[in-house]
Amino acid sequence: MLTGLVGGIGRSTLALLAGLGRGVLFLFRTIAAIFSLPFYIREFGHAVLTIGYFSLPVVGLTALFTGAALALQIFAGGSRFQAEAVVPSIVAIGMTRELGPVLGGLMVAARVASSIAAEIGTMKVTEQIDALVTLSTDPMRYLTAPRVLAATLTVPVLVAVGDSIGIFGGYLVGTGRLGFNTAAYLQNTVDFLETWDILSGLVKGAVFGFLVALVGCYYGMNSGRGAQGVGRATKSAVVSASVLILASNYMLTELFFTG
Amino acid sequence: MIELRGVHKAFGANQVLRGVDLVVPRGESMVVIGGSGTGKSVALKCILGLVHPDAGTILVDGQDVTGTDRESFLARFGMLFQGGALFDSLSVWQNVAFRLQRGAQRRSPVQAREIAVEKLRRVGLKPEVADLYPAELSGGMQKRVGLARAIADDPEIIFFDEPTTGLDPIMAGVINELIREIVVEMGATAMTITHDMTSVRAIADNVAMLHDGVIKWTGPVARMDASGDPYLDQFIHGRAEGPIEAVR
Ligand SMILES: Nc1ncnc2c1ncn2[C@@H]1O[C@H](COP(=O)(O)OP(=O)(O)OP(=O)(O)O)[C@@H](O)[C@H]1O
Ligand SMILES: [Mg+2]
Repeated sequence: MLTGLVGGIGRSTLALLAGLGRGVLFLFRTIAAIFSLPFYIREFGHAVLTIGYFSLPVVGLTALFTGAALALQIFAGGSRFQAEAVVPSIVAIGMTRELGPVLGGLMVAARVASSIAAEIGTMKVTEQIDALVTLSTDPMRYLTAPRVLAATLTVPVLVAVGDSIGIFGGYLVGTGRLGFNTAAYLQNTVDFLETWDILSGLVKGAVFGFLVALVGCYYGMNSGRGAQGVGRATKSAVVSASVLILASNYMLTELFFTG
Repeated sequence: MIELRGVHKAFGANQVLRGVDLVVPRGESMVVIGGSGTGKSVALKCILGLVHPDAGTILVDGQDVTGTDRESFLARFGMLFQGGALFDSLSVWQNVAFRLQRGAQRRSPVQAREIAVEKLRRVGLKPEVADLYPAELSGGMQKRVGLARAIADDPEIIFFDEPTTGLDPIMAGVINELIREIVVEMGATAMTITHDMTSVRAIADNVAMLHDGVIKWTGPVARMDASGDPYLDQFIHGRAEGPIEAVR
């Protein structure tokens, strides 16, 4: 009974470590692929379009509603100690530092990690990856590098757009529902927002984008056989990407804003 | 020349190859036959390095395949996958011209397209097909596009995994002739997997039969009928009774 339990724990720990090892190896191979030639510019352009541009609506909508809800909550919370006036600055700081990148990252994880994993996984099970290799093309350079690079560069842009839309959502609620003066709201937003608030959020966005595409590619490349294998790869990619975003968000926040 | 010596491969508990020994002389056409699931496709993938054998050596022109530079090694090969393995994000001609458009000897897009259309013609496909996407083609058409891609860069060594499966008899005849032509006129070394005995006779210089993870019989195609090997006899005559069990 006890030995069985210990054995089970041992086995799953080993499996976890082995998975971690494979993941880290994949990370290094990806970085090597990004910094080596040939660079597939068409694949990169296509990835920028699908990862960045087509994620704009969903990231924008998420940010809009989040900013709006944030304004309501801070107003309600602030009114308990007569601090309603902080709404504009807290909305701005909250969006840029935390909610913009995290929620944007999570939406991109849902949209992009899944589609990358499904696409590459399908290529894997239909032997298209093998075909690439026989045609003297390195799948890491042709498939992984363009996607990871595109996500790393475009997600910060998405975050910046999301930040602005989120602040705008707060502004709409603040001026429309909570009785803020339009000029004062904007003044308040600008006065208390620091460059580092925005910049740190963009750095987070880059890290999240990198992780999302990396995880999508990893699970796609290691997809099991058949439709079931692809389905499992897709699910694991979204779950892992989301968890990694939240965990790395904590670590980055710790790094940026303490000490 | 391709040489396999004692190649073993297992997937988990499934022992697929148990010591395959096979020699394919340069410029000749070898046809591999054998029951479904005996590991014919796996054997080809071992040679290409897509699957790593557990034991044994594979030599191409006397050189161990694991020791060579992969890119230049694979540049000499063409491979038709059993399922076609066309890139579904690329149009038909871009699939065929995939290798022509990259690497050291890359052609201009116009040139690459011209070559692609010519190769498509050789596998019996009209130029109109060039701009379609793989998903818009029938199964047999996809197979032939895969074939056109395999021969696009005039490789020295070509592997065909079931080139005529899913084709009508006339088209199968066209493809058989094409494979023969590639070997005879271009001096390529070919390894073909097929279940179609008409194809075997049309394509092969030599035949090898894979069964139980080993090469049960190999020899020139002319000696195939008088081999006296019960496994081979059962296979080429398609009998349900014999040493090969129907349920595997
Ligand atoms: N990637 C893989 N993972 C696990 N098992 C595999 C893998 N590839 C092949 N196999 C197994 O190896 C065995 C041989 O497969 P292979 O595709 O080589 O058969 P085949 O001789 O080409 O058959 P067919 O004539 O039906 O194409 C099968 O039992 C298959 O399940
Ligand atoms: Mg096969």
